[in-house]
Amino acid sequence: MSVVGFSHYFFLGLILFSIGALGALTRRNGITIFLSIELMLNSVNLILVSYASTNGNLAGQILVFFMFAIAAAEAAVGLAFFIAIYKHRRTINIDRLTFLRW
Amino acid sequence: MKFLELLTNPSLTLIVFFPTLAAIPLLVANKRNEKRIKWYLLVVFTAEFLLSAYLVTLLYLKDGIKYFPLVADPTIPWLPRYGIAYRLAIDGISMPLILLTTFIMPIVILGSWSSIKKHWKLYGISLLILTTGILGAFLAYDLILFYIFWEVMLVPMYLIIGVWGGERRIYAAVKFFLYTLAGSLPMLLAILWLGWRFSKAAGYWSFHYLELLTMLLPPQEQLWLFIGFALAFAIKVPLFPLHTWLPDAHVEAPTGGSVILAAVLLKLGTYGFMRFGVPLFPHVKEEVIDLILVLSLIGIIYAALVAWVQEDMKKLIAYSSVAHLGFVTLGIFSMTEISWSGALLQMVNHGLSTGALFLLVGMIYERFHTKKFKELGGLAQPLPLLAFFLVFSAMASAGLPGLNGFVGELMILTGTYIGGYKIYTVIGAIGVILAALYLLRMLKETVWGEYTGAVKKDLHSYEKMALFPLAVLMLLIGIIPSVFIKPSQESILQTLKIYSVRKNYPKVTKPLIIPIDIDKEKK
Amino acid sequence: MTSLIAIVLLPFLGAVVNGILSFSNSKRAVTFTALATTGGSLVIALYTIWRYLTELSPQPIEYVLYKWLEKPLEIQISFLLDPLSAIMLFVVTFVGFFIHLYSTGYMSDDEGYGRYFAYLNLFMGMMLLLILGSNLLVTFIGWEGVGLCSYLLIGFYYKQDEPPRASMKAFVVNRIGDFAFLIAIFISFAHFATLEYREILNAIATNQQLQDTVYIFGLTLPALLALLLFIAATGKSAQLPLYVWLPDAMAGPTPVSALIHAATMVTAGVYLLTRTNLLFQLSPNILKLVTLISVATAFMAASIAIAQRDIKKVLAYSTVSQLGYMFLAAGVGAFVVSIFHLFTHAFFKALLFLGSGSVIHAMEGEQDIYKMGGLKQHLPHTYITFLIGTLAIAGFPPLAGFFSKDAILAYTYDHSKAIYFIGLITAGLTSFYMFRMFILTFHGEFRGTEEQRKHLHESPPSMTLPLWILAIGSAFVGFIGKIPFTHYDLFGKILSPVIVKLEEKAVHHDVLHEVLLITLSVVAALLGLVAAKVLYSQGPTGDERLKSIITAPLYTLLKGKYFVDELYTFVIVTPLRTTANILWRFVDQLIIDGTLHLAAGIVQLISALGSFTTTGNLRNYMLYFVIGIILLIAYTVG
Repeated sequence: MSVVGFSHYFFLGLILFSIGALGALTRRNGITIFLSIELMLNSVNLILVSYASTNGNLAGQILVFFMFAIAAAEAAVGLAFFIAIYKHRRTINIDRLTFLRW
Repeated sequence: MKFLELLTNPSLTLIVFFPTLAAIPLLVANKRNEKRIKWYLLVVFTAEFLLSAYLVTLLYLKDGIKYFPLVADPTIPWLPRYGIAYRLAIDGISMPLILLTTFIMPIVILGSWSSIKKHWKLYGISLLILTTGILGAFLAYDLILFYIFWEVMLVPMYLIIGVWGGERRIYAAVKFFLYTLAGSLPMLLAILWLGWRFSKAAGYWSFHYLELLTMLLPPQEQLWLFIGFALAFAIKVPLFPLHTWLPDAHVEAPTGGSVILAAVLLKLGTYGFMRFGVPLFPHVKEEVIDLILVLSLIGIIYAALVAWVQEDMKKLIAYSSVAHLGFVTLGIFSMTEISWSGALLQMVNHGLSTGALFLLVGMIYERFHTKKFKELGGLAQPLPLLAFFLVFSAMASAGLPGLNGFVGELMILTGTYIGGYKIYTVIGAIGVILAALYLLRMLKETVWGEYTGAVKKDLHSYEKMALFPLAVLMLLIGIIPSVFIKPSQESILQTLKIYSVRKNYPKVTKPLIIPIDIDKEKK
Repeated sequence: MTSLIAIVLLPFLGAVVNGILSFSNSKRAVTFTALATTGGSLVIALYTIWRYLTELSPQPIEYVLYKWLEKPLEIQISFLLDPLSAIMLFVVTFVGFFIHLYSTGYMSDDEGYGRYFAYLNLFMGMMLLLILGSNLLVTFIGWEGVGLCSYLLIGFYYKQDEPPRASMKAFVVNRIGDFAFLIAIFISFAHFATLEYREILNAIATNQQLQDTVYIFGLTLPALLALLLFIAATGKSAQLPLYVWLPDAMAGPTPVSALIHAATMVTAGVYLLTRTNLLFQLSPNILKLVTLISVATAFMAASIAIAQRDIKKVLAYSTVSQLGYMFLAAGVGAFVVSIFHLFTHAFFKALLFLGSGSVIHAMEGEQDIYKMGGLKQHLPHTYITFLIGTLAIAGFPPLAGFFSKDAILAYTYDHSKAIYFIGLITAGLTSFYMFRMFILTFHGEFRGTEEQRKHLHESPPSMTLPLWILAIGSAFVGFIGKIPFTHYDLFGKILSPVIVKLEEKAVHHDVLHEVLLITLSVVAALLGLVAAKVLYSQGPTGDERLKSIITAPLYTLLKGKYFVDELYTFVIVTPLRTTANILWRFVDQLIIDGTLHLAAGIVQLISALGSFTTTGNLRNYMLYFVIGIILLIAYTVG
């Protein structure tokens, strides 16, 4: 049994990213898409941390903290949007939310 | 900071930015309390008028001279690397227009008193910012600054037409906006080009009007730049065939908007010709000048005829504007001192008489909810005072001697004749006959005839307050015109002198700074 | 001469006060203001004229009020008193005052009483500006000012259909003449740098080269100015081809017709010609044109008048015809006689109009002479004064019209026999149509309704007094002119400084000739009288007999006023309106706006193509995003 190494983390991140991307492109529910995007974001975080630890560089890990903070803020704003949209339109099915085009 | 210093003293800057400053309290005002907003606006604009009148009187009387001098606010550098600076200056050409603007604004408020029924807060802010834009454009001596003020006017006017207008307001607003923008973008290019060429000739950038006057460009280049400027101005004037935005804009705009548009905004085009179009480009081909003269004449005759067959009172007056402004451009491009004086006076005249006519249309519309001739008639019976003002303003507009319009037309046409354009003078004078034709038709369809309606409400006090000053001024200009013309004469003479000095200078093949004594004029 | 200022300003003051009073309801104040201001003007004017004309050798007096414009276009508001303006001043203030007095009776029941007098006073002021102005500009201000008042007063009964239309027509047609006046102003200023009559005329008189060189279209500068001023005069003084507005102008109140459209305003053209007579004397071709136009107008209008039924229309065409006589006198170079006829005409024509007003007043607004008749008993004062006026205009000695008309014909005889005969025939026609109207109105049986008969009454003294005063004038003012067989010519003597004498061409007929000419004109007048008496003693049926005498087509032509109005509508108005409509609908909306909409449409099309991708669906956008990233990566890697 080999030691869990950088490549494992990398591939895990890659798989998570792909799942996230696929989810974001195929799902209809806004929240699910949102979750998928979070998944993509965190997969990138994972890769970033693993790179940093491999290279023995703290800067990458600190950067991830910032990204957590931003992701949290984004989640808050994004969910608030969805709630607002839901209140207004009674749906968060993005196929029916086409008001970006008037 | 210098700017703040200027704002706290009686200065041109204060005149220009006082309305904007006055808009700030409006931002936090309660929008439900419309009555208070109206009164606030009335007070602000009256104060603005008094302020400008005070400043003008101060400058006029300062040295005991008989003409209005060129007075500039201290320059504030802005983008020094490109020679862009905040420069305001007033002279005899802009002075009457400044006073016209500040004079007409309180009247606009009075004219909107009961005709604007919603969003007074936004309306007030639009008007205030619009005023800043207009005054700034009249006073700017830096071309970039001029351009900025020029564009600043666009948005509030767009809102005024688009929000408070009639049924087809969106169409009219968009048409107005796009038309004007299409004209002003070439002007921006021309301005930038001028600055760049100046940097080649002088070694440093400058957009200072008086400095640009010392630069001479090759004739071909002048022509292109002139076209750039002339397009913007011609659309604003509007010169035939670029006039079709005007009837739509006027018909759809609310009363106040129409008044500003006719009384002041159009004058920016003709002012632009006088200030920039003519003096900066003296070597423009004779054919081009001739073309503009011919277009002016076509405008005079064409618009008069079209006005004659209109079924909508406001549209008739809108077309009459095109005809009247045709006289102004005719006067400007005949390039004589008399015709320039006449053109300048005619700008003011048109502002007063057409402003009054638009106010009256608004008042009629409020009472009868129609502007169509078919549905009007016999107003002299229930509304004698309104009828009096309508006849009075129409006569002023038709150029009846003893009222203001005649003086302007007489000076313009005499100047044109002296300038050697004899046939043009005769054709222009035909416009005077046609003016009587369409204005009398308007009177016949509205004032005279049997009255069948039920409305009996003659002018309200605020309506009288709006019309009375206009009528008095129309009469005064007609009776003692020299008082109104004299202050501007020196500036006109200077401008034409600079023009002819530049014109008589040998044509150049590359940008050249020529020794020309503009400093004499500069303060 | 500060008194000139008072004379001019008083009526303006009256206009302002009456204008304000018209919003209240105090007729007495209006009456007082109107009469006090015009009366004041009259008294001061009489005093001024008397003082001026009794001087040994009256010199022109100029009074500069202020500078209207300064250099480079220097024009001043200034007044000029010379014999010509003194005579005009007398006519305007004298006739003007009595017509104001008459109006206080005539208009007493009108709801627009204050408005009426505001207009009328304004008219007086403007007319005084016109005649007293010492330069073209002041005259022009008055010229257009009286046009405005005429417009307002013709349209006074604005509730009816006809007056607004007629007033508009009057103003616009006048504007055509004013256009020529304006051009004359431009030219004068461009070449003489002044608009003062005296300076312009001096400059022309002293510059032989100017008189000889062709300026434009084969005309010298004086000739061009003369032509333009004459065109202006044809507008204001209702000559061919611009006379069409005057008959329609009868839609206004009758005193207005008397004052504006008979005695004063319409004679402004004659005044202008005399004022600038040097220009005309220097251009024989233009004088020839004046002669032809005037004699044609005189004859044409007189012939129309014989077939009209409306009492005021007859008088209107008669005015046009008499104005033709005045221009005829000017055309043959007899400017003094021209002004003399203006002077006498002011009396008898004002009298006739006021008399017709009195008749209309009694008939409760009826103007059709077919429905009158036999008014002699009911309106004795009107009858006698009207008779005096009719005799005067027909040219029976020794009434005023005889002297002036005879003088005109005598000068014309010297000039051209053919024109003299047309003038003579016109004199006969004048007598005929006047007596036709007179007989139909005052003699025979009453043909109106029973209702009207009950209301028949003589007018109040405020109306009959002016009638008598003007009747006395009509009877006697002729004697101040040239008396036949003598060298006595007060009028000519007074006016002689104003008229430039390039060559001596006064008429010196021998007695035989003179007797012959006088006999001819008296016979013409008598023939007209007899013809009218014979044809119309049985009432309106005379028209049928007239028709059979002059043949039906000709009668229709006369009755239809030569169909000039219809011709103008067909040739000028309709094509102009069609052109305007084409310009609007086709050029403005289709071509210009169409081009714009086309350009906008093209832009819209392009943007529509682009916006095809903008579905609004989030997943599409994400797909674009992903595709974009893949492409980007592919680009950087590959």
